[in-house]
Amino acid sequence: MKEIIKLENIRRNFVVGDEVVHALRGLSFTIKEGEFVTIMGSSGSGKSTLLNILGCLDTPTSGEYYLDGVSVRTMGKNARATLRNRKIGFVFQNYNLLPKTTAIENVELPLMYNPAYNTVQRRKKSIDALIAVGLGERLNHKSNQMSGGQMQRVAIARALVNDPAVILADEATGNLDTRTSFEILVLFQKLHDEGRTIIFVTHNPEIAQYSSRNITLRDGHITSDIENEKILDAAETLAKLPVNDDY
Amino acid sequence: MNIANLFKIAVRALTNNKLRCFLTMLGIIIGVASVITMLAIGQGSKKSIQAEISEMGSNMIMIHPGGDMRGGVRQSADDMETLKLKDYESIINETRYVAAVSASVNSSGQVIYGSNNAPTTVYGISPDYMEIRRYKVQDGEMFTEQDVTTAAKVCVIGKTIVDNLFTNGENPVGKIIRFQKLPFKVIGVLESKGYNSMGMDQDDLILAPYTTVQKRVLAITHLQEIICSAIKEEYTEQAMDEITEILRRNHKLKADEEDDFTVRSQQELSNMLTNTTDMLTVLLAAVAGISLLVGGIGIMNIMYVSVTERTREIGLRMSIGAKGIDILAQFLIESILISVTGGLIGVLFGVGASLLVNYVAHFPIYIQPWSVILSFAVCTMTGVFFGWYPAKKAADLDPIEAIRYE
Ligand SMILES: Nc1ncnc2c1ncn2[C@@H]1O[C@H](COP(=O)(O)OP(=O)(O)OP(=O)(O)O)[C@@H](O)[C@H]1O
Ligand SMILES: [Mg+2]
Repeated sequence: MKEIIKLENIRRNFVVGDEVVHALRGLSFTIKEGEFVTIMGSSGSGKSTLLNILGCLDTPTSGEYYLDGVSVRTMGKNARATLRNRKIGFVFQNYNLLPKTTAIENVELPLMYNPAYNTVQRRKKSIDALIAVGLGERLNHKSNQMSGGQMQRVAIARALVNDPAVILADEATGNLDTRTSFEILVLFQKLHDEGRTIIFVTHNPEIAQYSSRNITLRDGHITSDIENEKILDAAETLAKLPVNDDY
Repeated sequence: MNIANLFKIAVRALTNNKLRCFLTMLGIIIGVASVITMLAIGQGSKKSIQAEISEMGSNMIMIHPGGDMRGGVRQSADDMETLKLKDYESIINETRYVAAVSASVNSSGQVIYGSNNAPTTVYGISPDYMEIRRYKVQDGEMFTEQDVTTAAKVCVIGKTIVDNLFTNGENPVGKIIRFQKLPFKVIGVLESKGYNSMGMDQDDLILAPYTTVQKRVLAITHLQEIICSAIKEEYTEQAMDEITEILRRNHKLKADEEDDFTVRSQQELSNMLTNTTDMLTVLLAAVAGISLLVGGIGIMNIMYVSVTERTREIGLRMSIGAKGIDILAQFLIESILISVTGGLIGVLFGVGASLLVNYVAHFPIYIQPWSVILSFAVCTMTGVFFGWYPAKKAADLDPIEAIRYE
């Protein structure tokens, strides 16, 4: 399998006043195409910092990062913006949909910044993405008329629409109740089955069981990196959940 | 991101906040509308003054007693009596470049006919006055040199006097009117000239022989004014020099003494007037321009609020691939849209207000195309200028911080 992500001794220091915070202290790993990796760790262990670097929003203080074979470290701001647009799909904890805007317009957004797509193609791809996340019936619903789970589906559709090399999710189920969390997890597993590469940051150890690999961070170090031999099926778990749970 | 998409986004953002957007626009609307209206009024009065002066005769020369007042020095009463009959006669007899000459004295007071009376001014003049000021007699006739010589109690009256005194439509010619108890026989009625650009009624006057007004009304021997016309507009300068020379000689002024009279041409007066209106126009436009500036600051303010409010949106756009320039363009287009739309509405309001001023207050107006184009251009610039800083601020945001912004 192709290596999508390759990190070599990545460090990230933040200077706060005259103190230096070592958020990442020399991380090295590779992620291959089609992996579903969960990243866990206690609060402040550096998960978000790592994800920002993987997502080309941030650059490491030192170390090399190759995304799909391209070295990101030396890239300028604009080149990274373009790289994000073509290779990365973000899913955030708080969805980050545009207010008062329909599902389809939200999903179209990444393609707006890609001149390769015209209006018709953009629309078609967005509809396909929304169908893929199960919102084919709600194309024109506005973001403020949707439930949290629906909003997160729109956000996932938005992350899919540009056919990214990797989907990055930071606490994507953090704001959702158990049942809806599992629904979203089912969706991620479906994407995984379709061969997409997913990196999923979470606090919830349970979720690790549904991924193909789990990396644990502590204090900016990797403390464990385990392949999951026995991946649980989220759809089955969802079916076993009581239907009317009050969360 | 292409321009069409940027426009869509900007329009969407603005329509999401219609009221705020309109209030911001209001500053620009008022600014542009007032610039256009002020310029229309300024240019209009300038135009009408120019038209009037060229109609009145640009070869007119006016001589007043007393030195040049423009220095602001107050004249003593004696200075005001320096123009004598002899000066008038000398100008008639000794000049080559002067065509028509008229003495002039005037007195204000109540004019009475039957039970009607009205305040007005009697001008004591020579028959040449008609030619110089381009007055025409409509009914009856003008008095003659003979009437001047005999100080005849005859007069020619303007249309307003006719309207005020002869209310039941009788023919004024041949009637006797009284001015300060003195009976005048009306021998003619002037053709109407209407109002001038300064709102003065040019038909509210009585013309009588200057001798009559001098002796019988004012009891003076000096003249208040001498007006004449140069034989041609080009010779105005020469005529003025001639007159100055004659008057200095008559008044026995030594070489180092200043003139005790003032010779001014219509040309100078018109320049002075147009200069004044120009200055007024600039002043009005400046005040209006300031309101445009205030409108611009309004845009800047609202764009700042908008950038702050939409920090998360900016962060999101950046994380999915928007470059700094895309964000900059997005906010810049928003502020330009506000200012251009405001500008367009402002132009409509400005033109409307100008027409209204013309209709209601009878102010002459003239909407110069360049004033419309200029204020519109300024207003677009305002959008760019005042939108730039907030837009730049948005573009420079750090995507990681922006997306976490609460
Ligand atoms: N911009 C920054 N400036 C200074 N320090 C920072 C910055 N971002 C992160 N840090 C520090 O880096 C360390 C790792 O932070 P990070 O946000 O990656 O943790 P996390 O694992 O995502 O925690 P959580 O689970 O609470 O989200 C923390 O000690 C944090 O204080
Ligand atoms: Mg975090």
